[in-house]
Amino acid sequence: MHTYTDHEDHAVEVEDLVVTYGKVTALTGLSLRIASGTVIGVLGPNGAGKTTLVRVLATLLRPDRGTARVLGHDVVRDPLPVRLAIGLAGQFAAVDQELTGRENLEMVGRLYRLPRAEARRRAGEVLDRFDLTEAADRRVGTYSGGMKRRLDLAASLTGRPPVLLLDEPTTGLDPRSRQELWTIVDELRASGSTVLLTTQYLEEADRLAQRIVVIDDGAVIADGTAAELKAGVGTDILRVRLNEPAVLTTAATILEDLAADGTAVAPDPVTGELAIRVSRPDASAEALRRLDGSGLRVATIQLTQPSLDDVFLSLTGHTTSVPAKESR
Amino acid sequence: MSTATAHDAPATARTGLVTRNGRHRLSAGAVLTDGGVLAARQLRKTLRRPTYIIFSFVQPVIFVLLFRYIFGGAIDTGATSYVNFLMPGIIVQTAIFGALVTGLGLTEDLSSGVVDRLRSLPIARSAVLIGRTAADLVVNVFTLLVMTVVGLLVGFRPTQPAWQLGAAFLLVLAFSYVFSWISAWIGLSVRNPETAQSAGFIWVFPLTFASSAFVPTSTMPGPVRAFAEHNPVTLVVNAVRGLTIGAPPPGRPTVQALIWLAGLLLIFVPLAVRAFRRA
Repeated sequence: MHTYTDHEDHAVEVEDLVVTYGKVTALTGLSLRIASGTVIGVLGPNGAGKTTLVRVLATLLRPDRGTARVLGHDVVRDPLPVRLAIGLAGQFAAVDQELTGRENLEMVGRLYRLPRAEARRRAGEVLDRFDLTEAADRRVGTYSGGMKRRLDLAASLTGRPPVLLLDEPTTGLDPRSRQELWTIVDELRASGSTVLLTTQYLEEADRLAQRIVVIDDGAVIADGTAAELKAGVGTDILRVRLNEPAVLTTAATILEDLAADGTAVAPDPVTGELAIRVSRPDASAEALRRLDGSGLRVATIQLTQPSLDDVFLSLTGHTTSVPAKESR
Repeated sequence: MSTATAHDAPATARTGLVTRNGRHRLSAGAVLTDGGVLAARQLRKTLRRPTYIIFSFVQPVIFVLLFRYIFGGAIDTGATSYVNFLMPGIIVQTAIFGALVTGLGLTEDLSSGVVDRLRSLPIARSAVLIGRTAADLVVNVFTLLVMTVVGLLVGFRPTQPAWQLGAAFLLVLAFSYVFSWISAWIGLSVRNPETAQSAGFIWVFPLTFASSAFVPTSTMPGPVRAFAEHNPVTLVVNAVRGLTIGAPPPGRPTVQALIWLAGLLLIFVPLAVRAFRRA
């Protein structure tokens, strides 16, 4: 677990948050702190409680128990300064179809209490940055799905809030739009914004966030940098490919005792590969020596760090792709 | 603990936020400014749905034609001609239908996620409803003007002085404004556009038909008549009749109608704001 020092400057502080919807408990005592100016990835499967966390921080949902503070302001007791400090982009494009892109952004700017001219200027800037200038004076109804989502994100930045809450910002985006969004998050990070983004994609959290918080069933189950989380799994993975896949089973027997406690060595008939969780630092050399000695010809041998999927599996006992409750 | 003050200091000066008991609130001026921005948004949206505007005018006109030329001949309104009796009633009905739009529109904003965005912005929750009801009021001004012209074309002949006609017009607008808030509350409580639509008709039809809008209440059976005679729709219709064609005398129903409207506003504004907060 990540440790905190008292003098660390936190943009978001969440303590023991409990949220229930009727009989369903969406958050079961979630605690979390986000240092100012960092990008944090909240990672978890559908139904883990990611959206609920975002809704509490955005003052849209009152928690049943616990506290949440943004820039020191309690989201329940004093929501207005929280709203002034945050920008929210949800899973849906919350923009007016009948208005143009520019009108949507100018309205949001005005509602961040900017003077009219300033709202107009910023809308222009943000449209430019999101590559929407050409479409700016067209009705949003004529935009593609990706453009609408970009506009939605643009809207959340118009008031230049120091804290951004991005709920699954790339879900449903095509690869190009996703790449663009990644670039924007990088820029936000460079400009000192604090960003909380939720994602179901491990790769994305790894790519964008300085810190990853893994949540499952409404609570934080792991917290750290991608490297720390991977190290926490404690084992590397040795992948062995032979020239003759037919003898893969023989190889499995020879390498069996290299496997970390309690893990099996199962040949994968599809990839023609053995994947072995190993904890010995010399596992690679030892495997090569043994296979060579037995006259088995090795095509490739590779020692890899676990993927974040492996991390999730080792933490929860299931992968992220388990079909779960509808996210809310 | 955090950098709150660093972000607050420059912000507060221009944000309309005032501090009371350690909490931040919005000044009344800020609430009204936001309401204005949101009303402008709504009007712009409405104007860009021309088919919607046309239908919202066509429907009441069809009602006028149906009642004037189909039911009218069978309804006995004594000394008053039926068209003179009918037009105040149908104008009030149009106002209430116009108010239904408020709740429907809010459910649409709820399902598109726009309400979530608005609720996460540093504005008063009431500003969204103030803006929405104000925009619908502006639309209703035009609807009522159209209805008045249609009425004159089919033979409606007001007999009273201009100031009374003006007062009648304002009363109907006040009525539509108050019912916009009721409709907002219903829409925000049921949340779903289809449900809001049918829920709207459930309360609006009994309220308009069990009233003096289309037929004299004297023909109704006891309990229905008792309901109809105390129904705010009846009071507003009678006041408008009195103010436009001189019968019944307008004083008493006008006062009663205003009391009703003030009471309804006091109840439904907080209810609607609360429903919006929870939606």
